[in-house]
Amino acid sequence: MDQRSKHLRRLIVEGLDGGGRGHLGSSMSLVEILRTLYDSFLNFKSDNSNWENRDRLILSKGHGCLALYAILADKGFIKREELKTFCKATARIGGHPERGKIPGVEASTGALGHGLPMGVGMAIAAKLRKQEHRVVVICGDGEINEGSVWEAAMSASKHKLSNLIVFIDYNKLQSYGLTKEVLDLEPLADKWKSFGFEVVEVDGHDVIALEDVLKKLAINKEKPTTIICHTIKSKGFPFAEGRAEWHHKSNMKPEEIAQMYKCLE
Amino acid sequence: MRKKALDSVYELAKVDDRVIFLGSDLGPDVLINMKKEMPDRFFMEGVSEQHIIGMAAGLAMEGFIPYVNTIATFITRRGYEQVALDLCLQDLPVRLIANGGGVVYAPLGPTHLAVEDIAIMRALPNMSVVAPCDADEMIRFMLSTLNWQHPIYIRLAKGGDKVVSEEKYGFEMGKAILMREPGEGLIISTGVMTQLAIKAAEKLSEEGITCGVLHVHTIKPLDEIQLSKLLPNVRAVVTVEEHTRIGGLGSAVLEFTNDNMPEQSSKITRIGIPDQFAKQYGSQESLLNHWGITAENLINSIKNKLNL
Repeated sequence: MDQRSKHLRRLIVEGLDGGGRGHLGSSMSLVEILRTLYDSFLNFKSDNSNWENRDRLILSKGHGCLALYAILADKGFIKREELKTFCKATARIGGHPERGKIPGVEASTGALGHGLPMGVGMAIAAKLRKQEHRVVVICGDGEINEGSVWEAAMSASKHKLSNLIVFIDYNKLQSYGLTKEVLDLEPLADKWKSFGFEVVEVDGHDVIALEDVLKKLAINKEKPTTIICHTIKSKGFPFAEGRAEWHHKSNMKPEEIAQMYKCLE
Repeated sequence: MRKKALDSVYELAKVDDRVIFLGSDLGPDVLINMKKEMPDRFFMEGVSEQHIIGMAAGLAMEGFIPYVNTIATFITRRGYEQVALDLCLQDLPVRLIANGGGVVYAPLGPTHLAVEDIAIMRALPNMSVVAPCDADEMIRFMLSTLNWQHPIYIRLAKGGDKVVSEEKYGFEMGKAILMREPGEGLIISTGVMTQLAIKAAEKLSEEGITCGVLHVHTIKPLDEIQLSKLLPNVRAVVTVEEHTRIGGLGSAVLEFTNDNMPEQSSKITRIGIPDQFAKQYGSQESLLNHWGITAENLINSIKNKLNL
């Protein structure tokens, strides 16, 4: 893991430390996806978060918000010190991201299965106005148990939304346990293909590989794209990697936080 | 009423390019003219109500004004979380045009009866709830919706309903219409129940009992100013709605009086649907009769309150 990935994870730990809680596992699997998007793909202005031509990013798995807050702090949308206010009574940054409160947050998410329908609406709006910006929706693997995701997928395909890119953070673990045991998603790539999407699979922690995929977009001018990112829940923290109990933790102890920082040295 | 509501969407779309129509799986004759003339702003998205409400939110975030139309229960029950979070939490100007408010679809049974829609829509912050009394009022209302910055739930009746509103009443969101001046009694009604209210008030008048009719087309925000003015000056109040007695117009009025003028609460009788799913099919009229939502019952309720 390079220094930049460690740095972003440290920012997440600062949030976990401040709030004493958070979705560690669900945030850590997202780091390289968000890093690559913000470093190499998305057009944005951190000092003008409503800039009309910005690319839109919806974190549909809103519980992974610490990773989003970390990259927003890294890019200057919010101040780094604000991460420590995570979940405090008067904080802007809570356990799920809210539009209108935090610069750079396009949609309020948290209840699952809402991001893709909203993203479809945004992508249609861009097409209607002949705007060039793209709409990125990041879904969790457990999230796509929701039927609304597949309703929206049919619609995205119908409207040939080549400006819509869906990321699946496929860390194979949902709250209760393995996705293949809770509600198996496989054959996942074939599912998205059959819904009319171009599908790419990639190691979701390999920045170079992610950059290569993003360079090729839009793969097909008539179709939306799904990028299935194979990831590891709690990536970077051997004591928590692949363990369902680290999906979300509350009452984190100082020694646990210290252990996390140690992993990032 | 439904046709007028949808025709109004077409009229609005002609003058404002932010207007979008978004239906589920409606009849093939819906808004043919709009589809033909403005195909890029006409969407029929299939039986996917959760998606449709979210999609409308996404369009509204980008500055469009989506008018969503499908059956009331599918908006309010199936899509409740989307209405709550995508529309209300984010406070977006999406209009939900709900077919078959109340028991319009009586022959189709409880799956299609929107009898708690007002209660659950009213409970959501930022949502407004409107139930016009006839097609003419529907047009006046719809043409006023362009610049309302928040979500609106619009409850439609069957269609072909008797026109009881007048041009002079106009339409202003949240401003109830006093259709008959109150005397000893006052009936407070919403939607097409205003027809019953007028009928009852006329009959009472024939018997020498003066009774007003306050048509509350906007259940939320409630016209508290008119209620404050009218209630202290009458002796009997009956609310009537084609909706469960839990959480609708009658509840809204009682909540208001309880909080602001508690001495008025005891004047109020509520007429509405009892706490049960429909056990009969038949027609809208036969179901309403079955539950005692009739002009006759309104008359009796006013008389009872007046000890007559």
